[in-house]
Amino acid sequence: MAETAQAKPMGAHGGGEGTRRDFLVLTASALGAVGTAAVAWPLIASMNPAADTLAAGAPIDVDISKVAPGMSIRVLWRSRPIFIVRRTPEELKQLESGKDNAELSDPDSKALQQADYARNWHRSIKPEILVLVGICTHLGCIPSFAPQPGNTPVENWEGGFFCPCHGSKYDLSGRVFRGVPAPLNLPVPPYNFVSDTVIRIGENPKGSDFDLSSVEQL
Amino acid sequence: MAAPRTQNRIIRWIDYRLPVFSYLEHELHEYPTPRNLSYWWNFGSLAGFMLVTMIVTGIFLAMYYTPNVDMAFDSVERIRRDVNYGWLIQFIHMNGASFFFIVTYIHVFRGLYYGSYKNPRELLWILGVIILLLMMATAFMGYVLPWGQMSFWGATVITNLFSAIPKVGNAIVTWLWGGYAVGNPTLNRFYSLHYLLPFVIVAVVMLHVIALHQHGSNNPLGIDRKGPQDSIPFHPYYTIKDMFGLGVFLIAYAGFIFFLPNFLGDPQNYIPANPLVTPPEIVPEWYFLPFYAILRSVPDIWFIPSKLAGVICLFGSIGVLFILPWLDTSPVRSARFRPIYKWFFLVLVVDVVALGVCGAHRPEGTYIVIGRIATLYYFFHFLILLPLLGKMERPRPLPASIGAAVLKGGAVSAE
Repeated sequence: MAETAQAKPMGAHGGGEGTRRDFLVLTASALGAVGTAAVAWPLIASMNPAADTLAAGAPIDVDISKVAPGMSIRVLWRSRPIFIVRRTPEELKQLESGKDNAELSDPDSKALQQADYARNWHRSIKPEILVLVGICTHLGCIPSFAPQPGNTPVENWEGGFFCPCHGSKYDLSGRVFRGVPAPLNLPVPPYNFVSDTVIRIGENPKGSDFDLSSVEQL
Repeated sequence: MAAPRTQNRIIRWIDYRLPVFSYLEHELHEYPTPRNLSYWWNFGSLAGFMLVTMIVTGIFLAMYYTPNVDMAFDSVERIRRDVNYGWLIQFIHMNGASFFFIVTYIHVFRGLYYGSYKNPRELLWILGVIILLLMMATAFMGYVLPWGQMSFWGATVITNLFSAIPKVGNAIVTWLWGGYAVGNPTLNRFYSLHYLLPFVIVAVVMLHVIALHQHGSNNPLGIDRKGPQDSIPFHPYYTIKDMFGLGVFLIAYAGFIFFLPNFLGDPQNYIPANPLVTPPEIVPEWYFLPFYAILRSVPDIWFIPSKLAGVICLFGSIGVLFILPWLDTSPVRSARFRPIYKWFFLVLVVDVVALGVCGAHRPEGTYIVIGRIATLYYFFHFLILLPLLGKMERPRPLPASIGAAVLKGGAVSAE
C-alpha cells in the first residue's frame, strides 16, 4: 500500500496502519474481482455442450439381427464410432482359452475402460456380441476390423483391431497388445439388450450406473 | 519517458527491453489531466468499455451463430434456449448495441457543448466521427444477422438507399447484395464484415487516444492548462472516477439486460425473415431514428428527386460533423462562456430528439412537418448558425486559469 500512501491527497484521513483508503481499495478491488469472475464464468461455461447437443447424446437402439457371425457394424453414438461385432464360436474359443493373454497389456481388463458387466474374458454382456467405442486409445484414430489371423495388415497378425495411424493392435475383445503405442484397451460403452436382436447403446443394464466419461481414456 | 518507480527487478528487467511499464507510467500516471473534468468526461471510457464488451460477447456468440438464411434465425434462438448462458451473452450483446450508442451520443454532445473539436483537437474529433460511422455500419450489419423480419427489411431498405445514386445506383446495390435481392450472399458478407469492423474500430480508437494524449483532454472551462496547478495525474484520480461512473452505468445496463431485455428491440424481429411479406411498419433501432427521419423528410429539391435528396441529407448529417471544426468560428470552446450558443446547443438537442420521434412514426400529417423543420434546423445549425454566431456573439470573460477558477483563493498543486 506504499503507492496509495504516497498519493494521499489533502484532507485524507491518515493514522494507524490501515487507513480508510486502504479499506476502500481492498473492498472495492475484492468486489471488482468477484464481478469479473461472475462475468467470466458464463462466457467460459457457454463453451460447454449446449442443452440440445447433450439431448442428442441420448441412448440409441440398434438392430443387430442382420449382423452375421464374424461380421462387424459401426454406428455413431455421441459423435463416436461404436463397433458392434458378432464373434464366431471359433474366435470365442480362442479368446476363452487365453492363449494370447501373455501378449496383452491388460488381459483381465483391470483398467477402468468398461463397466463391471464387461469385465470378463469376452468384455461383453453376451459372449458373442462385442460392443466397443472404436477410438484408438493412443491418439484417437479409428482402428480397422481385421478378424482373420495372417500377414495382413501386419506380419504375424493374430486377428482383431488394427490402428492404421501408429500401428496399435487390439485383440477381438478390444484388448491392447504389448509393445504398441496405445496404452489401454478400447472402451466399452454402456449398453443393454432391449431384446435378443436390439441393443440400446448409452444405457446400462438395470443395477449398473457406469458412466462412460469415468473411463481412464476415451 | 520516466523509468518505472518500482524497485522490482523483474519489472525493471522487462522495462529495460520492452518499455511497457514506462509507457503506462507516462500515459496514465504522469499524463496530466485537467483537474476540473466533470462526469460528462466519463463517457469516452464508457464507450471503450462497451467496445470491449461487444467484442468479447460477440466472439462467444460467433461460436454458435450460423450465417445461413435457413439456419440463422434458429441458431440465434438456439443460443437463447440451449446454449449455456447463451441468453445472457445474447442479451448483453443485443442491449450492448443500444448502450454503446447511448454513451457515444452523450460523448459526442459533450464534445459539441464544450467545443472539444476546436484547435488543436480537430483530428481527434474527425477520428471520432469516423468511429461513429464505423459503429453505425457495424450495428446495422449486426442487426441483420438474426434474420428476423426487421433484419431482412431493414437490410433491404438501407441497401436500396444506394439505388438513389444516378446511373450506377442499381449496379452498386446488386454488388452490395451479391444477388438479385438481399439473400444468403448478403447475410454471409454482413457476418464477415460485422466480425471485422469492430477491430477496425479498435485501431481507430487507438489513433483517437493517441490524438487525445497529444494535447490532453479539453475541460468544462474550455481553456488550456497553463501549469501544474491546473492538472492532476490521470491515475489514480480519473481512473477511480471512471470506475465509479462505470459502476453507475452498469447498474442501468444490467437493469435492461435482466429485467427489460427486449424493451429496446422490435417484436417484428422475432418473426423469421419472409421475403414475400413486408411488415406493416419498418422502423430502425432507436439509435438510427433521427437519421431515418432525415432520410424520409426531404422533399424534391429543384432537379434532385426526393429519394436522392434524402440519401444526400442522410449522409450529409454525419458528413457535416467532419467539417465542424471549421464551421464553428468562435475562438471560445466551452458553451459556458458563450451565452447565445448555449441556448442553440439546447435547441439542437431538442431538434435531434424531435427527429428521433419523427423517425419512429409514419411520415404523415404533423410528423412530416415536424420532420422537415427539424431536418432544416439540423443543417441550419451547423452550416449557417455556427459560422455566423462565432462572429456575432460576445463571449463572457474567460477565467485566468483552470486552477484559479476551480480553487477559489489561489491554486495549489495536487502533487
